[in-house]
Amino acid sequence: MNAKSAVEILVVEDTPQDLELALRALRKANLTNSIHVARDGAEAIEFIFGEGENDERVLDSVPKVVLLDLKLPKIDGLEVLKRIKSDPRTRSIPVVVLTSSKEQRDIVESYNLGANSYIVKPVTFERFTAAVQELGMYWLLLNQPPQKDA
Amino acid sequence: MAFRDMPIRNKLMVSIVLTSVIVLLLTGISFLTYEFLAFKRITARQLSTLGQITAVNSTAALAFNNEGDAQEILAALQLQGHVEAVALYDADGALFSRYPADLPSILIPPSPGMDGYRFEGLSRFIGFEPVVEGDRRLGTLYLKVDTGSTMTEWLGDSIRIALLVMAFMVLTAYLLSRWLQRQISLPILSLADTARQISEDRDFSRRARKYGNDEVGQLSDGFNQVLAGIQERESALQNANQSIRDLNVDLDRRVKIRTAQLEAANDELEAFSYTVSHDLRAPLRSMDGFSQAVLEDFGPVLPDEGKRYLQTIREGAQRMGELIDDLLAFSRLSRQPLFKQEVDTAALVRECLAELQSQDPKRHVDVRIGELPVCQADPALLRQVWTNLLSNAFKYTRMREVAVVEIGCDSVEGRNVFHVRDNGSGFDMKYVDKLFGVFQRLHRVEDFEGTGVGLAIVQRIVDRHGGATWAEGIVDGGATFHFTLEGEKAP
Repeated sequence: MNAKSAVEILVVEDTPQDLELALRALRKANLTNSIHVARDGAEAIEFIFGEGENDERVLDSVPKVVLLDLKLPKIDGLEVLKRIKSDPRTRSIPVVVLTSSKEQRDIVESYNLGANSYIVKPVTFERFTAAVQELGMYWLLLNQPPQKDA
Repeated sequence: MAFRDMPIRNKLMVSIVLTSVIVLLLTGISFLTYEFLAFKRITARQLSTLGQITAVNSTAALAFNNEGDAQEILAALQLQGHVEAVALYDADGALFSRYPADLPSILIPPSPGMDGYRFEGLSRFIGFEPVVEGDRRLGTLYLKVDTGSTMTEWLGDSIRIALLVMAFMVLTAYLLSRWLQRQISLPILSLADTARQISEDRDFSRRARKYGNDEVGQLSDGFNQVLAGIQERESALQNANQSIRDLNVDLDRRVKIRTAQLEAANDELEAFSYTVSHDLRAPLRSMDGFSQAVLEDFGPVLPDEGKRYLQTIREGAQRMGELIDDLLAFSRLSRQPLFKQEVDTAALVRECLAELQSQDPKRHVDVRIGELPVCQADPALLRQVWTNLLSNAFKYTRMREVAVVEIGCDSVEGRNVFHVRDNGSGFDMKYVDKLFGVFQRLHRVEDFEGTGVGLAIVQRIVDRHGGATWAEGIVDGGATFHFTLEGEKAP
């Protein structure tokens, strides 16, 4: 199965419990069929840019939205965000930062790097579910991405 | 130039020369006077001796009535020079002989006058000398000498000598005065010069040179002592200044070290709260999320007791989430910079009240607002203070039929002290020390919700403004919270 062809949501999350809860929330909103999971920043970059991340080839398929945790092993979330937003081929992918951090500097830095949204993970599960579902819906269904060149 | 403004060296010279000139003048006058008198006396003696000798020589001529001899004797007088007229009278007073022989009679007294000599004016000396032999008077000799030219000659010589001597003496006096003036004025001038140089370049290490042990020498000593005193004080002052500078440098260094330590501590705290913010909340989400998942997926097969336990787990997790959030908010307060400005307290309090009211629109609280003066504070932080105090007042009057919250300000020792008073559940003054501690609660969670951070935040904010907080309460009789943003510790 070609995982990349139909991927609509890339979830970048290292905490298994948070990942499971996020997936559960997405599933409940019937957004499960085209989810890819990256467990650290390096995996996320590899998924988006392929093996040779610096070559000039056209990326065959990119996710419609990225849910990005900030605190990640290997390459942290802000670095992933920076790579996505500084490459012309991926700049238009909406990135939603989904993190536990309420720290002002994380929020400011995320928006500076071009994050489309910043959501603090609430402790309460209902609110967590609601947050994940809402942003999935919004970026997949309501948000119109710019037309890609052939 | 007035004498008193003259330089000392000129004063001294003028004094000495002037004194010398006056003394010399007086001496000269005395000398000339004495010379004149001496001249007269000598002249009189010489001429009278001449007269006496001539008279003695004429004795024979008169006695023998020999006119030719008389003529010869008289003519001999011409050797003397300046003799104008000589005449011999006989015993009867008749003119016997004269010299020069052709002298007109008019120039010769017709008869002899009284015996004796006298000056007639300054240029004539005349005299009558008796010619006697034994006790018999034979006649009288008349002598008239022109002393004018001799006098003039002599006077000229005397004046020349006097002038020469005076000139020499004035010169000597001048040279002497110069030398003396140097001896006297040099130390004074040197002292004056030293004083001028010191006042110009402020170099108190200079010393006046001492030339001798006279009054000027003593003055120099005194001056040098004063200078030594000044120099001592100057160096003491400089030492003091230097040590102040050293202390400042040291203080600066210590402040830098302390600041670096503080910054390091702050960074550490920040790293800590960052970790707390991220990592501590993740497990809580799992606890809450999976409990919820169990309830959702397996709810139908769970007994009610099991559902209640899961619910309790969720509540615990959620409460811990709140505690972490409040703790982070509290710790953030210390790091947040303070932006003080003038705040309209009354308006701020009204806004806070409106917000509280909107959270529970059905609740009625009798709010009494007194006079609230403007204050200097960070508006965002001050809003937090009022919100926390007022929400506390609202919370702890919940069970009252008529809830009364009174807000006001008193001036205590020149400081504005704000207060919030309620008629709620109050507290025991025994525990007043715990009131403002973090996570310190005097009520059970079942009675009044909350994490126990609100008052700690109030105190932290007020502290950061340099103010103070304190409270009074009676169990079941209400509580009053005071705070001031100004000055020293309150009572």
